[in-house]
Amino acid sequence: GCFVFKPTAKKRRLSEKTGHDFRSRSSDSEDTELRFVTCQSLWNQIKSETEQIQEDLNKQLLDNLVSFLSRSHSEFQEKTAEWTCRMKFREIPTAALVLGVNVTDHDLTFRGLSDALQDNVTPYIALLDAKDCPGIKNLMQKLMGQLMNCDIDMDSSEDEDCVQVSQNRIRCSMSSLIGWYESVTKKTDSETPSKKRNSSSRHWRSPPVVVIFKDMESFTTKVLQDFIAISSQHIQELPLVLIFGIATSPMIIHRLLPHSVSSLLCIELFQSLSCKEHLSAIIDKLLLTSRFPFKLGEKVLQVLINIFLYHDFSVQNFIKGFQLSIVEHFYSQPLSVLCCQLVDVKKRVCSLSQEQCENIRRLPSFRRYVEKQESGKQVALLTNDSFLKEETVKLLEDLHVYHENYVSILRCLHVLTSSLPKYPLGKQIRELHCACLENRVWETEEYESSLQLARMLNKTDLVTMLQQCVEILVSSSGKEFDKTVEKLKEFLTQFQNLEEAAQERDVSVPSQKELQKKTDLYHLQKTLLELKESKRSKKLTKFEMLRFEVVDCIDSLVRKYLVPADDRTLHEIVYFNSATVLRGHLNAAPRTALHTALNNPHWYLKNQALKCDGGGISNKAPDICIVYKLHLECGRLINLVDWLEAFSTVVMAAEEPNADAASSDQVDDIIHARFIRAVSELELLGFIKPSKQKTDHVARLTWGGC
Amino acid sequence: EWTRSGRRSLQVKFVPDEDVLKHITDDAGTKVRKDKAQLSVTLRRFVKKLENISDNEAHEILEEKNYVAALGIRTQDSMGNGSNISGGEVYSFQTPKRSSKMAELASELAQTPEQNVASDHSKCPEKMAKTPQSSSNFMWAEIVWKCNLKKKEFVSTTPYRLRKRLAASDPYLESESEYSASCSEEEDEEDHKEVSTVLSDQKTPGKTKAASTPPPRNSRAKKIKEQKMGNLVEEYFEAHSSSKVLTSDRTLQKLRKRRLSQQTLHDLLKKAPLAYAAEIRDLNQQHESLFSKWMLQLHLGFNIVLYGLGSKRDLLEKFRTSLLQDSVHLVVNGYFPSITVRSILNSITEEVLDHIGTFRSPLDQLEFINKRFKEDSSLELYVLIHNLDSQMLRGERSQQILAHLSSLPSIYLIASIDHINAPLMWDQAKLSLYNWLWYETTTFSPYVEETSYENSLLVQQSGSLALSSLMHVLHSLTLNARGIFRLLAQHQLEKKDNPSHPGLSFQDFYQQCREAFLVNSDLTLRAQLTEFRDHKLIRTKRGADGVEYLLIPVEDSILADFLEKEDEDV
Repeated sequence: GCFVFKPTAKKRRLSEKTGHDFRSRSSDSEDTELRFVTCQSLWNQIKSETEQIQEDLNKQLLDNLVSFLSRSHSEFQEKTAEWTCRMKFREIPTAALVLGVNVTDHDLTFRGLSDALQDNVTPYIALLDAKDCPGIKNLMQKLMGQLMNCDIDMDSSEDEDCVQVSQNRIRCSMSSLIGWYESVTKKTDSETPSKKRNSSSRHWRSPPVVVIFKDMESFTTKVLQDFIAISSQHIQELPLVLIFGIATSPMIIHRLLPHSVSSLLCIELFQSLSCKEHLSAIIDKLLLTSRFPFKLGEKVLQVLINIFLYHDFSVQNFIKGFQLSIVEHFYSQPLSVLCCQLVDVKKRVCSLSQEQCENIRRLPSFRRYVEKQESGKQVALLTNDSFLKEETVKLLEDLHVYHENYVSILRCLHVLTSSLPKYPLGKQIRELHCACLENRVWETEEYESSLQLARMLNKTDLVTMLQQCVEILVSSSGKEFDKTVEKLKEFLTQFQNLEEAAQERDVSVPSQKELQKKTDLYHLQKTLLELKESKRSKKLTKFEMLRFEVVDCIDSLVRKYLVPADDRTLHEIVYFNSATVLRGHLNAAPRTALHTALNNPHWYLKNQALKCDGGGISNKAPDICIVYKLHLECGRLINLVDWLEAFSTVVMAAEEPNADAASSDQVDDIIHARFIRAVSELELLGFIKPSKQKTDHVARLTWGGC
Repeated sequence: EWTRSGRRSLQVKFVPDEDVLKHITDDAGTKVRKDKAQLSVTLRRFVKKLENISDNEAHEILEEKNYVAALGIRTQDSMGNGSNISGGEVYSFQTPKRSSKMAELASELAQTPEQNVASDHSKCPEKMAKTPQSSSNFMWAEIVWKCNLKKKEFVSTTPYRLRKRLAASDPYLESESEYSASCSEEEDEEDHKEVSTVLSDQKTPGKTKAASTPPPRNSRAKKIKEQKMGNLVEEYFEAHSSSKVLTSDRTLQKLRKRRLSQQTLHDLLKKAPLAYAAEIRDLNQQHESLFSKWMLQLHLGFNIVLYGLGSKRDLLEKFRTSLLQDSVHLVVNGYFPSITVRSILNSITEEVLDHIGTFRSPLDQLEFINKRFKEDSSLELYVLIHNLDSQMLRGERSQQILAHLSSLPSIYLIASIDHINAPLMWDQAKLSLYNWLWYETTTFSPYVEETSYENSLLVQQSGSLALSSLMHVLHSLTLNARGIFRLLAQHQLEKKDNPSHPGLSFQDFYQQCREAFLVNSDLTLRAQLTEFRDHKLIRTKRGADGVEYLLIPVEDSILADFLEKEDEDV
């Protein structure tokens, strides 16, 4: 079943291969090289950025773990001195690391963890996967293999040992492990002082052996119990530290291990950062910044976020989707060559070919732009390439500025809306971002209601919000905000003044006092009515006026800067918007595709004969469709003879006109053969299987469809 | 005898034939007339029903407000990979239907093109009047009978007595057979109700009561939805609890058709023209235009999986021949019945990496491959797997290993899947290792290679393999041993018409062998039998009385062939 093909000529296409593929795809060969390079460099940038983010976010956790290790280790060293302690403490220091359900991201965390430990604490780290350790024997084997290999990494002079070790011949037992550990530590101790200093600067003396169980839940309880029980016997000779990777909850430790075993552990709990925070950080650093020229459109972002929220909580997959969008964008949009840093734009625009200029003119957003210009400029834009190029540069710069401003104002708006009750515009900034990209946010109901709510904010909230806004705007790179900042600061001082004024003025509330007097029902009613009247007619206080002004100011900012990207000219160059493609590749629905093909072949085969009224199925459909359709009418079991009869009835009806010509016997055989083929295809697809319940019957395997 | 037991009401009534006849003579006339009037309405309704399926999609989607809708791309689905079908429709449970339904649908499908032809009315009004009167067991018989009238071949599923009457081919009696349907009408109505609930308002309710106008859809839909949740679970278990199988008892043997051998099947299919070849070619061309994109994405660290109806073998083959000629690549035919992960790994280590030696476990082998590929960055390998979801590869461990293999940066995997449940093979961890990009490649081309290995029900196993192995083993034995086996084979062939025959008892066999001077003691016979058993030539079974029975576990036809060959040899 396997065939290896080797190229006859041993020529190898090397690194430019990928570029080749990128180039060979379509007719417009120009700029593809540049596009590919831009794409790669952009992706590399983004990749390193995400790694940086991950590292920063994990730093806290790693620091905690390292300090935990050092603490437990120092205990060990003390213990060796005191004999009584040795007897008492058989507990293995253990870190329970709660990682969350996004299993796919764990690998990265563990890699970071083992790197950090290797750098700071100990060279002896073993990472264990449940799938590799079905029994205690395999576990020990794996453990020793990893530990002894890392020994080799540290000191390459032990070549002879290395050979011996790699043979895997040594008996895998705890005692041999201890023997190994003693020999290794002794060796490092007895080495030349210079070397010793070298190694001990990184690692501690007699470094602990760290065993990491990546997916604690999948280990069989017996293996875990045995391992813990055995190693607790040897904890004095071997400074073992365990780390459990837990995806669910720390409770699982107690469910997996009986008390007798878990009492041998000294467990400390660590919590890794939640994947949602991670995602927020990623979005914040990758999308809500003007550092990267490439942007995600609203629908695409929505798809990626939905996959994250509804499918896997995996930041890795989110980044993968992001990568795919970048590739898709640069691959499918010839003008994406202009999707670069602002400094390069001018040069690239100047070198655009005529065809590319035509491409620009074909962009819908550009056409809309042209239509808005006066006629003279219109002609120039459509006929003069150099004029077009100038204009393009200008427009692209506009777009860049727009984006800078957009981000700052978006953050301001988020400060406002995230403090409102019930979060009409969403709690997270990504929701707000999506809403703003989707359409004019100020036309939505949610925006209306959040403004309403903002008009009811109390003073302290309002002031803190304003202060935050000022900070954001001051730190932003946009240049247009000087005036706005001035204005906001003025608001702040006014609030300040208001406070002082309020302190001086002693506002008496006589009406309130009157109410507390003893009175009869009639009078009470009357006073209440009066009170109401007075309230209605009462002029707004100074504070309220000011509040209105602030909200209006923010509203005007929103209207000015948070225009959806689709309205901007040339947005196609930097925004990737084909969400369908992305979703098709990442979140495919194979079963739906099958269902469509079987129920509505016309969807794929554009033949008039297949076009049955309203997307149904005609009797001229491919055999498998007919057989499928017929089998849907059956219950659990299907009689093959009946099925065959029904099939031939349908097929005969379809072929009536020319059936008479051929001899009927042969036709019968052919139909029979076609039926056999269709049925075995259905079997391959998993709709039916042979059944022994009754002769010549097959069992249906699905309960779906109609 | 006439009435079937309703699945739900479980009414079993015995109605004497005389009563039924009387009933029929009373009602049949009026019935036909009434139905005739409804006829045109119903036919159109059937068409409409199909129409509604697509019409209501949008509606249903809006109602369900599932998150798929929230993804919000449905509207601009240009390529339209059929993602505009809501999950509920694909996965919904379904009430059990009877086999008659299939016949009904067949007749409907058969009639669709000439639905408005009036001449049929005059020719056989009963038949046309029948269509609305759906879902009876006898419907089926009638259609088949009608179809076969022309061919003068008579096959039927109907109960014996009814068939006798039908054989008389009296038009009056024909309407009688039709009427037999209405005996089970109340049950049918119930059946229909269930069907319509499940189909979530696609089907018009009144297939049986064709004249009644359906109530406004919205309210109905709501009601249905309410019922749906409650009923679905019950219905599922109801359908699976009853061990009774409501299908006809006909078997292929009774049908005059012989089983086709793989070869004749192949030849016959060659004769049959492939339908819609031009459209299929168009489809394939669409997919082929993506080849360079696949290459790009493979190089960027993604792996590609192809899904969709139709064999993707030719497509992948074309991809291979057009783009992979200059690079090392491995083609795995997953549909091959004896493929294993080990053989895949072996061909990588032995042929690609030129390593000689064995490995203790696939994991070790994987590690070795991993190391080699990491060491030598110039090594690159393209792996094409046809049918990654085949029987042999779908196991958890196999997938784990393949996933690890595919996660190596210089191994590029492109695979195809066909089974409807194939994605269930992968959990999140495996998915992230595979790093799939999904491509829908519906080709509609027949699964020629993929199904040729399958032991299909209808294809006769040639048995040539079994025969040759039988001969081979026997030839290495002594003459006496062959004689002993012949005796047993002959005995088994004599008794082949008796299905309850347990086999030849040891004592009898010993007697026969002694008489033929083949053995001299039962010990020698036992020794001989042990040898047979070791070669899996015979099987022993202990009967209820403790006696040992001997059987040859080979099909009778092969056994007959074997004896023939033996006779030639001697």
